Amino acid sequence: MNNRLKTLTKGIIDVSPLMIPVVPFGIIYGVIGMDLGIGSYMTLGLSIIIFGGASQIVLLQLFSGGATSLVILSSVGAVNARHVLYGAVLSEHLSGLKLFWKIILSYVMTDQAFAVSNNYFKKNNKDYNQHYHLLGSGFTCWTIWQISTILGIVLGSVVPEELGLSFTISLTFLALLISDFRKFKNIIVMLVSGLVATIGYNTIPFKAYIIVAALTALIVSILLTLTDLEKK
Amino acid sequence: MYWSLIICAGIITFITRFSMIFLLKKDILNDKAKKILSFVPAAIFPAIIFPPIFLDEAGSLDIENNPKILASIFAIIAGYFSKNIIVTIFVGLISYWFLIFVYYQ
Repeated sequence: MNNRLKTLTKGIIDVSPLMIPVVPFGIIYGVIGMDLGIGSYMTLGLSIIIFGGASQIVLLQLFSGGATSLVILSSVGAVNARHVLYGAVLSEHLSGLKLFWKIILSYVMTDQAFAVSNNYFKKNNKDYNQHYHLLGSGFTCWTIWQISTILGIVLGSVVPEELGLSFTISLTFLALLISDFRKFKNIIVMLVSGLVATIGYNTIPFKAYIIVAALTALIVSILLTLTDLEKK
Repeated sequence: MYWSLIICAGIITFITRFSMIFLLKKDILNDKAKKILSFVPAAIFPAIIFPPIFLDEAGSLDIENNPKILASIFAIIAGYFSKNIIVTIFVGLISYWFLIFVYYQ
């Protein structure tokens, strides 16, 4: 097996465990879309055009609540702000690529693909074909997301609400943080982010609680990093 | 719902993913910046994780007898010891189902 195919396959394998909770997430999204009566084409259209679960669910919630386009779009921007930082982290590894590759890889860069491919890039910095890992992980996410969206559309309201499948959204993001559980500073940052978001959920306008919480936690990260460097 | 709104939301999502990959060049980040950026997942994910666990559907704080808090604690313990993503999710989901279908019934 040549190196590119090997790296691509590695990306697919690495991201696969993270796809287990993505399936119920996609189904929930599909069910919500159909419940709101936007129809199967638009429900699937959102998954293809936006391709971001949190953004799609925020968009549907706000639209059904009668929010204006400006509020909806700024909220989608806030929910997506984390991708700017993912891009900054990955740019170091992807800056040598052609524009076409950058466009394709940006389109498929999800939380899950970022988590596993960033890990791979750190360990295989000298691999010339390392971007194939992100291609594999990203398109695996894409395929699973579209299939589970379609499943949700088909299932409609058949999935019992009692199963509490929406809780798997929280569990997915929680599981992406397990490598941080043993680092004291990261625990502080996590608590700051979570507390600000919980308190700000109702008080911060435009559903901007995610970006406000993230920026607050990042400021704490900067302070923790700077005090650490002074000690040395 | 309008297609124009969906397309605008799609463009915003794409731009947030594309901007830094497009703009930043190699070696622009020093060690300090990389160290700070390594905190990014820890700074962002809890903002998505916490509110649905600690708040009820009306948005009020729900701490007493909340199965999501207990199940999350089990998931964290499982993740801490196993360092395994699937184990973490399954322990969380199964303990959640146990709590809502057996323990709280």
